[in-house]
Amino acid sequence: MSEAPLLSVRGLHKSFGALHVLKGVDLAVRSGEVAFLIGPSGGGKSTLIRCINFLETPSSGEITFDGRPLCHEDGRIFHLAPERVLRAARSEMPMVFQHFNLFSHRTVLENVIEGPIMVKRRPRAEAIADAERLLREVGLHDKSDFYPDQLSGGQKQRVAIARALAMRPKLILFDEPTSALDPELVAGILDTIRALADRGMTLVVVSHEMAFARKLADVVHFIADGTIMESGPPDRIFDNPQNPRLSGFIRSILH
Amino acid sequence: MYEFFFVLIPRHFPFLLEGALVTLELSFLSMAFGLVLGLATALGRLSGKRWLDWPLMTYVEIWRDVPLIVQLMVIYFTLPTIGITLSGFWAGVLGLSLNLGAYLSEVFRAAILSIDPGQRAAGMSIGMSKPMIYRRIIFPQAFRIAIPTIGGYFIALLKDSSLVSFISVNELLRNGNIIISNTFRNMEVYMMVAIIYFILSFVASRLIRHLEHQLTPKYLRRQGRKAKALAPDIAVLP
Repeated sequence: MSEAPLLSVRGLHKSFGALHVLKGVDLAVRSGEVAFLIGPSGGGKSTLIRCINFLETPSSGEITFDGRPLCHEDGRIFHLAPERVLRAARSEMPMVFQHFNLFSHRTVLENVIEGPIMVKRRPRAEAIADAERLLREVGLHDKSDFYPDQLSGGQKQRVAIARALAMRPKLILFDEPTSALDPELVAGILDTIRALADRGMTLVVVSHEMAFARKLADVVHFIADGTIMESGPPDRIFDNPQNPRLSGFIRSILH
Repeated sequence: MYEFFFVLIPRHFPFLLEGALVTLELSFLSMAFGLVLGLATALGRLSGKRWLDWPLMTYVEIWRDVPLIVQLMVIYFTLPTIGITLSGFWAGVLGLSLNLGAYLSEVFRAAILSIDPGQRAAGMSIGMSKPMIYRRIIFPQAFRIAIPTIGGYFIALLKDSSLVSFISVNELLRNGNIIISNTFRNMEVYMMVAIIYFILSFVASRLIRHLEHQLTPKYLRRQGRKAKALAPDIAVLP
């Protein structure tokens, strides 16, 4: 039963100039798993998820995705896979952003078909049919011809999720998907994410929604000061934290 | 009381129109080269490569900080002494293009930098290549922002091209001067010259407005005021 993880991160470091943000992160995500990354602001959660997608280039360490090494260390030399390999990997683990980042000059439908047509080289008709089905799933099929500016935050985020799904991904990265939303819109996005998890999609979610993490996560990783300080099933992380930083963090959220 | 000598107008109008045609040729050619040069310079400077940035920055600074008329004189009168001889027309095109390229590079650079970095990140996160992101995501948005400013520079160019008359190109102003030296009627002739420049610039500005309208997504067109508020106004003309 020791299947290789879909995504594995080992000894990952990332510095921005003198600022050492990630200090040796180890993380493994199995296929079908829902992993939550929690922790205080500035602890490195977002940097980690951006490094996994290679929006930021790691400084050293190893990332393997779906059996392909994307970066690794050989002796003391840091090797980065060719741009072409990184791009292919990205297209299989798209990211959903805190601020949606929809292409603002494109309609909802055009946002969703851009990747399938330009990156996956799928026929246009097929991409459109696929996009319409996905937009129906997220409840936005009547907004196909709208521009992002005409949508609410919650609607934008659902389009962003459809855009990620249109890549037929193996994993989806969520970077604080509800943090920029009005409170009454949060539940809708969480429901959408839950539906993905129920279908067996592999998810890596950076989130401050602890109740949601508790219900949905298979594994919760607590990140602070650039390392993963504790990992485990949500019940243990929230009810019986071992690390003093984690118990302090949980107490600060609950009170 | 000055007596207008209207009979001059029909007699010399065709000669002025010939000049206006040359003015348009100068302007369109210089605009085309200037756009390419400006975009290439902007991209070079944004590439983050220092060996590329500083020569380009030097070019932009020199061409913005020396008067256009001096640049034209140098190209037309001085380059032949080092063996490069250009006709007045092509010397004019070269000078105007280099001048415009320097200004437009800053317009493009500002427009590209004004696009939210999240747009690029979103493109990258679904596996788009850098050229693809520029072509499909950044340029269309940046161009819409830049178009009013580019249009302003085009109108400035139409008028600045009159400086080329100093290096003996028979464009609109020079043809006017030729008529004056034969007829000594500067009032009538300069008025005609001024009116033709005005018409050319006015038509150009309407065409630019139309292009701007075409590039605005349909849903923003109806609400004129909102569209104006959303189109960032970075138009600063020399």
